[in-house]
Amino acid sequence: MEINWSDYDCDGFYDELLAARGEPRPEVDALAADIQALGGDELMTRQLAAEVSIKEMGITFTVYSEEGGAIDRAWPFDVIPRVIPEREWRQVELGLKQRVQALNLFIDDIYHEQRIVQDGVFPREVLEKSVNFRPQCVGIDPPLGIWAHICGSDLVRDADGTLYVLEDNLRVPSGVSYMLENRLVTKRVFPELFEHYAPLPVDDYPSQLFDTLASLSPRPAEYPEVVVLTPGIYNSAYFEHAYLAQQMGAELVEGRDLFVDEDDCCYMRTVDGPARVDVIYRRVDDLFLDPEAFREDSALGVAGLMRAWKAGNVALANAPGAGVADDKVVYAFVPEIIKYYLDQEPIVPNVPTYRCMEPDALQYVLEHMAELVVKPANESGGYGMLVGPASTQAERDRMAAAIKKDPRNYIAQPTLKLSTVPTVIKDRLEPRHVDLRPFILSADRQQVTMGGLTRVALRKGSLVVNSSQGGGSKDTWILPQDSATETYEQVQGETGQRQSQSSSATG
Amino acid sequence: MLSRVAENLYWLARYVERAENTARIVNVNANLLLDLPKGIAPGWKPLVDITGANELFEEHYKDYGERQVMRFLLGDERHPGSIRSALEAARENCRTIRDFVPREAWEQINGLTLYARDGLQKGLTKNGRHSYLRGLITHSQLINGLLDGTMLHDQGFEFLSLGRYIERADMTTRIADVHSASLLPDADEARPYDNIQWVSVLKSLTAYQMYRRSTQIRVQRGPVLGFIFKSPRFPRSLRWCIDHSRICLERLPRNEGCLRVNGRLARALDSAELEGFSQKALHDFIDELQLGIADLHEEIAQTWFPPRVTAVAA
Repeated sequence: MEINWSDYDCDGFYDELLAARGEPRPEVDALAADIQALGGDELMTRQLAAEVSIKEMGITFTVYSEEGGAIDRAWPFDVIPRVIPEREWRQVELGLKQRVQALNLFIDDIYHEQRIVQDGVFPREVLEKSVNFRPQCVGIDPPLGIWAHICGSDLVRDADGTLYVLEDNLRVPSGVSYMLENRLVTKRVFPELFEHYAPLPVDDYPSQLFDTLASLSPRPAEYPEVVVLTPGIYNSAYFEHAYLAQQMGAELVEGRDLFVDEDDCCYMRTVDGPARVDVIYRRVDDLFLDPEAFREDSALGVAGLMRAWKAGNVALANAPGAGVADDKVVYAFVPEIIKYYLDQEPIVPNVPTYRCMEPDALQYVLEHMAELVVKPANESGGYGMLVGPASTQAERDRMAAAIKKDPRNYIAQPTLKLSTVPTVIKDRLEPRHVDLRPFILSADRQQVTMGGLTRVALRKGSLVVNSSQGGGSKDTWILPQDSATETYEQVQGETGQRQSQSSSATG
Repeated sequence: MLSRVAENLYWLARYVERAENTARIVNVNANLLLDLPKGIAPGWKPLVDITGANELFEEHYKDYGERQVMRFLLGDERHPGSIRSALEAARENCRTIRDFVPREAWEQINGLTLYARDGLQKGLTKNGRHSYLRGLITHSQLINGLLDGTMLHDQGFEFLSLGRYIERADMTTRIADVHSASLLPDADEARPYDNIQWVSVLKSLTAYQMYRRSTQIRVQRGPVLGFIFKSPRFPRSLRWCIDHSRICLERLPRNEGCLRVNGRLARALDSAELEGFSQKALHDFIDELQLGIADLHEEIAQTWFPPRVTAVAA
């Protein structure tokens, strides 16, 4: 089937490729023309090739089901890349660095003097009610004063084209391995377009991650032993843990592989005897990290790990307690946090957020609940959330009662019209909603992934991008300023001509 | 190399070897029973005796009938030594260390587990049994060959080999024990069938042909015992297993304790005058060997494996 952008119905939303039906955005119109020229059948073939590659490469995520135990599912992927011009991306990059820098200053302050609270910028009761505040971390000085070494921030674009930060994941953000694998698949499936448009590379993430982790080592003079701590094969992100360990050349360990000795150093049990561990990239939640300090029943952690960390004998990334800054109510204060610590305006804005703890905001939220998205502070994965426009009166009444009972625990935001990207649906292209998760590394310096993981809601009209709920993903292309402005088709045509000329000249 | 990974590799090999040997024992016993007169045939109980799981068996089954014993040894998930359980355990061990074994080997282990599961009903029938068991044995051999031929021969491989030799040593002594001590009574009326009995011992180890080639004397108790215990050339003999586990141990660090236990086992075997042993003496001697094998396992676990955890999973 022929692809024609004038059949592509993206009205009412911001589409990342088209300004309006039939009108590609000027910066990407060559690419849009190339996609159109491929045609529906060819796109379907490429989509199939991508799916075969994913199976062969064994890119999976784990879903847990009652009957079947853990099942590895093939990673759902759409071949049409999501494109962002480099000029825009550089601004976003600055904004993310600014944001994470401020958040790290905030966390460090919260576990020390709490100046921001004393100065009345950040309410004490928010802190007191935060479930991710860890009293065990008060007074600790992690290396370089950094707590959130790896941050995954979710960005969404609203109908007017503004990119907002929707949330920051400062505990154990996942998805970066899929960003890397998506790129490999795209290179296999669209080699000609990839070469022609030359999107900026993402592949150096594992080595950047390793350098970030290595810079935290308490024994800087020697070659540091970096390990990835996983909860084990039944964790939904196990593929990523194994992948990153392999890519970094680090050992993939489980809690029982490690122990803390009487010298307060952390060791891993190897065939050659105990081996000192310097840096742990832990993908285990705070509360399971150390049965001595947190949950006693945790078999995933390492007894005494907090002791070793406090003594400065092992570095943990992210630092325990870093999650205090990814509470949804704290999120609402990020603009103030940036202002307070850096004396700057946020470069990438927050989604406008009503803090129900403030009487005016509370009033507004209760009156406009049908238009808003209401979120509890410390739930993730959409749990306990109310989407106003899709809710019933009874649901809104229940939510109103819950908010009134504990206003501190709720925020509300306008319902965003998430931007769309053309997505292969059978032999056609249809708009589907996307978000974007870039990853920000912070240690002796800050680095941001070139783009990030674009997640796409594959069901029509759906805003749910989670892979466990019918979401897929796309490669994200940051197109350099000097990227091709002619289409691949044109260039091919010209070279073809030149070749035939030269052959007639010699012949 | 992580201790946990070493342990997973070791158990992976042990479980595959266990499944294979169990299939061998069942197969040969079935054949033997066809040859022996009903009056003196010992039936199926000795097979449960071999695995030492009588208590568990009696908990779940009323008598040692063919059907019951078959189900117990081949497919009972409640019995950790059944072929089915052993293969599921092998697969679980392999799952966590997929980076260390070649992908083809993982696929074969996965495939063997499925084969054992899907073919079980057929395998429990009298006429489906033989091909089911042959399939299991061939498939296990294939896995061993794949690992030998494609895996990096590094520390991990030493643990894999250790697991295989130790399990094989253990199973070989068990097979010899049951066939020699309990399969047939020492009574006179069994004498004419002595020969058949020892042929069956050899056959359960695929040793018949090799025995013939290496010893020209006819099949009889003394030389057979000598062959399956002491042959330095036959890869399922106890001697071979001890020698080859020593070679693995020598390549590993901090091996002093394990080498000592291994040496003790080797000396016990050397000094035994097997041919002159009475049934009783042989049985006691095998007991001693099995304790030695268990000691060696213990020492290996102590030296290289992570300590056992009893904590509840979070």
